[in-house]
Amino acid sequence: MNPTLAVILALAVGTYAFRLVGPVLHGRVTVPPRVQELASAGAVVLLVALLATGALTEAGGFAGWARPAGVLAGAALAWRRAPFALVVLGAATTTALLRLAGMG
Amino acid sequence: MRSVQRTTTGAAGDRSLVRDSSLVWLASGVVGVSFGAVSVAGGLPVWVPVLMSLVVYAGSAQFSAVGVLLAGGGPAAAVATGLLLNTRTAAFSLAVAEILGTGRAGRFLGAHLVTDETVAFALAQPDPARQRRAFWISGLGLFAVWNTGVLAGALAGSALGDTARYGLDAAFPAVLVALVLPILRADAAVRRCALLGAALALAATPAVPAGVPVLLALAGLLLHRRPAAAPGAAA
Repeated sequence: MNPTLAVILALAVGTYAFRLVGPVLHGRVTVPPRVQELASAGAVVLLVALLATGALTEAGGFAGWARPAGVLAGAALAWRRAPFALVVLGAATTTALLRLAGMG
Repeated sequence: MRSVQRTTTGAAGDRSLVRDSSLVWLASGVVGVSFGAVSVAGGLPVWVPVLMSLVVYAGSAQFSAVGVLLAGGGPAAAVATGLLLNTRTAAFSLAVAEILGTGRAGRFLGAHLVTDETVAFALAQPDPARQRRAFWISGLGLFAVWNTGVLAGALAGSALGDTARYGLDAAFPAVLVALVLPILRADAAVRRCALLGAALALAATPAVPAGVPVLLALAGLLLHRRPAAAPGAAA
């Protein structure tokens, strides 16, 4: 088989298997409420870790100041309960403007 | 997030879900275009990014797998890197299992739509019915937009230029902030776990392969005490 095709198929099968863990276990085994609670908390922990590493790092190093500054602007808007659109556009615009001004 | 927190039902509720999803779709579409363009510009044929996006459907894993392939890292390294990044989807699928329900078609189709953004969007909703609608609206839309974007990017090549110029790399963490902030505000136990987890992930980032830091963050759950075990903390 074409090695690139093999990479795609192996990634697809493995990823789908990960994604099936929850739906397949659900209803087949009785998940104790404590485990359900930890799964929900775990999802939030993962998302916060993703946003923290995504905001601050790039390829194992610091991502530069423009990106975290934009995310911080978005977070401030979210804290003030601004509409979702404003949070996202505010973050991207802040970063874009800082880059335009020469910040990394 | 005001519109997401408001409990609405029926068509008005769906409209607000579509409105809030559409920005995530727009940003993802542009990232998809850049994925297609980067892959083709690196020398891969058009079908590679297009097929990968349809059957793998995980942005960060796709970028890293193509990056390893283009850097000459070999097929095994490309698969290992991508799968490592995607192990987190197993935890996400557990978190949304209740939302996907027990129907065969819903579970097997819905599983493929489990992504960071869609899970965050669904969990941010106040009640189970709205969580279900949010998952499907956000998930199906994201799948359509992502794959259309990748195809367009692969065909157009690198006409868009460097997408960092648009600040899109800040948009994604900001999307996640907006979605998790209401949960973090409401739940002190989850907040403690998340802060510890993020600190662990950041500390580990320079030292371990991509995908591992986020998994290490799950150690933050050690701070998640059984409510009955801490009667003094209850209030």
